[in-house]
Amino acid sequence: MAKIYAYVTHADGVADDVAMEYIEAAKKIDSSASVTAVVTGSGADLDKVAQSITSLYSEVIKVDNEALAYPNAEVVRKALCNILDASAIVLAPHNTFGMDLCPGLSIKLDSAFAADAVDFEGVDGTSLKLVRQELGGAVSTHVTCDISAGAVITIRPGAFAPTEGGSAGGTVVDKSGDAGDLTSKRRFLEVVEAEVGDVDITKSDVLVSIGRGIEEEDNIEIAQELAEAMGAVVSCSRPIVDAKWLEKSRQVGTSGQTVKPKVYMAMGISGSFQHMGGIKGNPYIVAVNKNPKAPIFQVADVGIVEDILEFMPALTEAIKEM
Amino acid sequence: MEILVCVKRVPDTAENEFELNSEGNDLDRDDLVYSVNEWDNYAVEEAIQIVDNVGGSVTVVTVGDDESEEVLRREMAMGANNGILLSDDAFEGSDGKGIATILKAEVEKGKYDLILTGAQADEGAGQVGGMLAAMLDLPYASLVNKIEVDGDSTIKVGREIEGGNQEMNEIDLPCVLSIQTGINEPRYVGIRGIRKVAQVEIPVKSASDLGIDASNVGEAGAKTKRVDYFVPDLGEGAEMLEGSTDEIIAQLIERIKSKGGLA
Repeated sequence: MAKIYAYVTHADGVADDVAMEYIEAAKKIDSSASVTAVVTGSGADLDKVAQSITSLYSEVIKVDNEALAYPNAEVVRKALCNILDASAIVLAPHNTFGMDLCPGLSIKLDSAFAADAVDFEGVDGTSLKLVRQELGGAVSTHVTCDISAGAVITIRPGAFAPTEGGSAGGTVVDKSGDAGDLTSKRRFLEVVEAEVGDVDITKSDVLVSIGRGIEEEDNIEIAQELAEAMGAVVSCSRPIVDAKWLEKSRQVGTSGQTVKPKVYMAMGISGSFQHMGGIKGNPYIVAVNKNPKAPIFQVADVGIVEDILEFMPALTEAIKEM
Repeated sequence: MEILVCVKRVPDTAENEFELNSEGNDLDRDDLVYSVNEWDNYAVEEAIQIVDNVGGSVTVVTVGDDESEEVLRREMAMGANNGILLSDDAFEGSDGKGIATILKAEVEKGKYDLILTGAQADEGAGQVGGMLAAMLDLPYASLVNKIEVDGDSTIKVGREIEGGNQEMNEIDLPCVLSIQTGINEPRYVGIRGIRKVAQVEIPVKSASDLGIDASNVGEAGAKTKRVDYFVPDLGEGAEMLEGSTDEIIAQLIERIKSKGGLA
């Protein structure tokens, strides 16, 4: 029977949604596994988080230290190395924190590492089988992970069904005394908030969102004309911001804005999970892409295989004639 | 500042439609277009800009076969001073830890102030930089979208975190950073630039040159192994509209109207 630790990230005294998703993930690894939550932080917020997840976990380990008040992955790693049983399976979210923490943690624990699991298919002996994606989501792979000396695994947020409520009636175990030396060669300074742009894409019911398929900066006008005809606003995926064609405040995704439109027009967007992670509220998703194998067609409601540079002007004309 | 940038030759996601081979267990690699991992170009550009400002040199290194030499030359055409190819049959099938083990051996042969990687590559794991740092006992920061060189012993780095926010850190040198796209605008490399570095010698180092025990790397040392590739069914969710463009548009407008997207 595997021992599983679930590292629960949190902000402002509230556990992240992944706390509910670990339960299902752990079940798929080994339905007989015992799952212990681990939370690190400082003060009243930490206590609140630890208490709140006792409904989900029978054991919650908390590590309280001022050095852990901000989740600096380098400091968290040091604490975890002193607290975790190295032969266990450690789960963390595949987000900007988990990516910072986990590869190095696996080295320090001398464990196997697997990133961004979207599904598990159980353990055979000491071999855990999992599903992940490569090449920006274009292909999926089965991966085996030798867990005989433990493993650190990041899971994709949102990939596992959340466990609501729960009645584990767990207890909080304080291991703050075991954290050890938490000095670090990397010191957190501050969080610089994202700049506010001229347009608030989070307020629009309809978004005309463009990706690499727009090809050139001059072609953005084509999307703007469609947006105008629809009474919509233009948003975009990451490559458009990287190319400096639109400002960061127009970017939809986990590293950009979270939007909740009624209709989302994904124009020439491949549909990476980081992008789709910024779309909430189950909007009606229209995908137009000239690549019939684009992952966006897996998640869209309606799909059209066409070149957006020809399709958008035609759609704009048709809407104007209505 | 002496900077090492770790780069990788990968299938180009913008240029390829990925299909499986006839056995259905691997990509059909016959016609794949390869290029430098997109993130790595940003890492090399950042390294060049730092050296332009404060002096030093940029070395690019990769683990791969003979064909990986072309990505080293491309980065040298951008302005990297040196290239090193780490190549050995024993390296084939390495997992992330195996690649980090190979790179560590090379890092220890030099004296670098800063080691950069792309934030992730074709496999989307984002693992090698963090592993390398932990093996070397150096501090690490991932998803870096800003570097301020303001001292000899420390630098300031910004990390991209959720919601478009930026986490600023002070980090001691030497350190390992993984670089996020958008940190700069990588310079264009033309045919002439590539020609200029075509004759520059790129040393090739094997497992024995690096003093690596072959059982720790490659297939033999890998704890995490890819079993197969598969492609999820096309159009699982989407209703695909077909017909002439006019017909498609008529159907689409009707659907958008019913969902409240058009008055």
